[in-house]
Amino acid sequence: MFFSWQISSRLGFQLQRVKYWPTLNFNCSAFLVVREVRSSDCLSALPYIPLQLKESKRAVNSLRDFVDDEDDDDLERVSWSGEPVGSISWSIKETAGNSGSSQEGREQLKSRNSFSTYTQLPKPTSTYSLSSFFRGRTRPGSFQSLSDALSDAPAKSYAPELGRPKGEYRDYSNDWSPSDTVRRLRKGKVCSLERFRSLQDKLQLLEEAVSMHDGNVITAVLIFLKRTLSKEILFRELEVRQVALRHLIHFLKEIGDQKLLLDLFRFLDRTEELALSHYREHLNIQDPEKRKEFLKTCVGLPFSAEDSAHIQDHYTLLERQIIIEANDRHLESAGQTEIFRKHPRKASILNMPLVTTLFYSCFYHYTEAEIPDKQYVLTALAARAKLRAWHDVDALFTTKNWLGYTKKRAPIGFHRVVEILHKNSAPVQILQEYVNLVEDVDTKLNLATKFKCHDVVIDTCRDLKDRQQLLAYRSKVDKGSAEEEKIDAILNSSQIRWKN
Amino acid sequence: MAFPHRPDAPELPDFSMLKRLARDQLIYLLEQLPGKKDLFIEADLMSPLDRIANVSILKQHEVDKLYKVESKPALSSNEQLCFLVRPRIKNMRYIASLVNADKMAGRTRKYKVIFCPQKFHACEMVLEEEGVYGDVSCDEWAFSLLPLDVDLLSMELPEFFRDYFLEGDQRWINTVAQALHLLSTLYGPFPNCYGIGRCTKMSYELWRRLEEEEDGETKGRRPEIGHIFLLDRDVDFVTALCSQVVYEGLVDDTFRIKCGSVDFGPEVTSSDRSLKVLLNAEDKVFNEIRNEHFSNVFGFLSQKARNLQAQYDRRRGMDIKQMKNFVSQELKGLKQEHRLLSVHIGACESIMKKKTKQDFQELIKTEHALLEGFNIRESTSYIEEHIDRQVSPIESLRLMCLLSITENGLIPKDYRSLKTQYLQSYGPEHLLTFSNLRRAGLLTEQAPGDTLTAVESKVSKLVTDKAAGKITDAFSSLAKRSNFRAISKKLNLIPRVDGEYDLKVPRDMAYVFSGAYVPLSCRIIEQVLERRSWQGLDEVVRLLNCSELAFTDTTKEDKASSECLRLILVVFLGGCTFSEISALRFLGREKGYRFIFLTTAITNSARLMEAMSEVKA
Repeated sequence: MFFSWQISSRLGFQLQRVKYWPTLNFNCSAFLVVREVRSSDCLSALPYIPLQLKESKRAVNSLRDFVDDEDDDDLERVSWSGEPVGSISWSIKETAGNSGSSQEGREQLKSRNSFSTYTQLPKPTSTYSLSSFFRGRTRPGSFQSLSDALSDAPAKSYAPELGRPKGEYRDYSNDWSPSDTVRRLRKGKVCSLERFRSLQDKLQLLEEAVSMHDGNVITAVLIFLKRTLSKEILFRELEVRQVALRHLIHFLKEIGDQKLLLDLFRFLDRTEELALSHYREHLNIQDPEKRKEFLKTCVGLPFSAEDSAHIQDHYTLLERQIIIEANDRHLESAGQTEIFRKHPRKASILNMPLVTTLFYSCFYHYTEAEIPDKQYVLTALAARAKLRAWHDVDALFTTKNWLGYTKKRAPIGFHRVVEILHKNSAPVQILQEYVNLVEDVDTKLNLATKFKCHDVVIDTCRDLKDRQQLLAYRSKVDKGSAEEEKIDAILNSSQIRWKN
Repeated sequence: MAFPHRPDAPELPDFSMLKRLARDQLIYLLEQLPGKKDLFIEADLMSPLDRIANVSILKQHEVDKLYKVESKPALSSNEQLCFLVRPRIKNMRYIASLVNADKMAGRTRKYKVIFCPQKFHACEMVLEEEGVYGDVSCDEWAFSLLPLDVDLLSMELPEFFRDYFLEGDQRWINTVAQALHLLSTLYGPFPNCYGIGRCTKMSYELWRRLEEEEDGETKGRRPEIGHIFLLDRDVDFVTALCSQVVYEGLVDDTFRIKCGSVDFGPEVTSSDRSLKVLLNAEDKVFNEIRNEHFSNVFGFLSQKARNLQAQYDRRRGMDIKQMKNFVSQELKGLKQEHRLLSVHIGACESIMKKKTKQDFQELIKTEHALLEGFNIRESTSYIEEHIDRQVSPIESLRLMCLLSITENGLIPKDYRSLKTQYLQSYGPEHLLTFSNLRRAGLLTEQAPGDTLTAVESKVSKLVTDKAAGKITDAFSSLAKRSNFRAISKKLNLIPRVDGEYDLKVPRDMAYVFSGAYVPLSCRIIEQVLERRSWQGLDEVVRLLNCSELAFTDTTKEDKASSECLRLILVVFLGGCTFSEISALRFLGREKGYRFIFLTTAITNSARLMEAMSEVKA
């Protein structure tokens, strides 16, 4: 696969690393290293690890013949066979598959529905009877009756109240105190709040709920307050009750009451939250034109100065993507443009991040764009290297000084450049050129060795006057090759004062 | 390898009772809707349900067909529909639309909604608004404690983290209090309670209130678990943000362990099938390597493979009778071990491959530098490059958060530039993610010292909660500084090591992070247990911004056996990581304790970051 676009899907984070990007790959056969100080001793132990692993794998594999014969009967017991038959997830897939009510399917299901040890349960005949659990342990036989529930006696019940669904308990008594009311609410009982009519009563109820810490009850009281108080009064009272306020905000977000939420932020003068909350809505708009128009309305919102710029950028980006998309879709379907024929697009460019768009542009329309140095260089380099446009790569790093001399400079460091080029299978001549530009001699030597840039290794050893290393390298090059000759010539040279 | 427990280590209580209890409750609820019915199950509840019941149990109680709750119209033709769901608004809308469609078609059916683990008033409000209240009956299935392993209970509520630590919604506090209440009813009172954090404190208070209301329930019971320690996830974000390197944590980071089991894809099984593997103490091979630093795992597995080979080889030269014995008694065990071994070897290989590709060594080095606080500039440019190269968005975000928390916030220049590059690399809508991270205190910008104090005091005056009569934490993220460096120094989190740290024979809990860092959460627990109180830790507590939120509650308990006093229940509100579990298991072995873990969900850095990212509605 050459490269693929992946549409940034619902979760922003699901945007996977687009495959065309060359993730740099270091030669780190093992990654588990302790702290820097100790990395050396770990590294020395590392070469063994893959060996051990291979060895054990071989050992295990060699046993397979002996074991495989009756694999299947055992699978169920150890239950590694994917979705265990009889498990609930398995069965749901089954329903989805059959979707109708095929009798056959159900029969099949029944017969396969063996008790699976996957759940590791004892047989359903548990020694505990149902009732023994529903009773309090220390109160033998105290089944909770309806009257118990109404009198609110502290009867122990692990199960939902026996006998009838909760909805059927009615709040017959109307004079629960705020604290009793809140307690009933906590237990999930239906409880009328209508008798709390004065503002003072309502607030007392709210305070009682907050002091009990149960968010569910706080929200229940807030739902009541929202219904029975005017917006202004509700907001005013909540402004000084932050815990309750947070619950209301979360509640409004959850039920999607955007209008009231924005009113609330406006009242509280939380302008940034107001702006962000409004901006969030763009995620629900699928149509690109509509989304663009919506983003336009966000531009003037009271974001922080910094975020304002990001919002403006977002709008501009989508605006341009819409133009590019229309244009390129046309070009592609016309089939006249070589680059689109050779490398058909895998997905639309709409709603892609800026960097992805830049990559796209560098790939299909190699033009300049405004973007920080490093980010631009990395992206452009990867795109041009993929197309083997070495001339463009060269131009990326060439700067002219005021005398007109050219100089090579890479904001990301030439060692990175080399790695990226190697990832894109650049030929040795090209690699060599950039390896030579690496400043640090050790890094240069390492990279040159790694990527078999023989000339660079040989020249560097010569410059270092390191005869031993050169000798060692001689054993690595092919017998009778030009490299070997070159090494021999240098070793025999009397001009060099070797340091070893 | 795989340190055994000390001979005097206490026995763990039997938690399988919780499974039976949950199952019996469910059966009871299903029986409340007599006759044939179709059951709609929420996707998130399927795995937990699978761990306590199976289809035949449901069938026995007249469940006809099973469906997943999803945004598609239901095909069911049954006369009775039962919904097993989490209390979420979107579920209510789904059910309401279903009921209303039936009404339009002139069809009458029976509907029952079972909320797990509890019902929320907001859900009932939606049912009422949609005009279906009364058409559906509601019930609660208080299934909130799932034993994932012999020492691990999970509430399976990953949304707890976002709901509380981002939105400030306290809806799950009652659920936590109820769960603790159930534990104390089943396993006796806890003679020693410790806790730190705001959510912890509120949960504890509500739990106490429940116990008082139902006074006498636990009185006279012998305590089985001597200590309970509760803590909020935001007391220690750092540990949860680190890359995990003990085997179980690494498997979780790489493959995502879900509800105690993991799906190994073809790259692990080296076949075209995926394999669902249950990871717990029952898996003998896994049990021996789960807490090991990854670098020890290979050696262990190859040793195991050799032993296995030797045992198989014994069959050569056996006579018929011996062979018969071998086949009937040993072969099964060997085959099982063989299978386990090849799975874990496959997993290791796959982990190695992935980690090598993503340049894990550099990453770990950067993390360690951040933890120790040196080469900050270098780490910052490493993160920058990570972003520019569009390496995983989650990973980039995680590193930024780690930098922020260890440095008390990013300096404004770095904050702006990293944020800009992030938005350009991963999409402008992450503006919302940054806003969330700032609110949760995970990624902040340093404010110049003086202004902060001015703002702080102004804000404090503004938001004095008249009701509670004390300053609220409304702007706490503004005032809260992580103080990680100072805490790290006080608690000696970065071990000074002369020579090499032997990961095979760990000397302290730092081994779970390659000897570079002792998890803060675990260190706090260790220190408090040693002192049996917070005494002498005032400064640490202050630095953690928890001055009024750390408590000790000890009751004189004559009946507490010495064995029970070495059993400790640790409760993580907002999630705990496998690294923390491993570290405490290690501490337990050192001190002769045994830890039991209760968490709202298993978490790791990726899950934390995903919880903070903005999802489309």
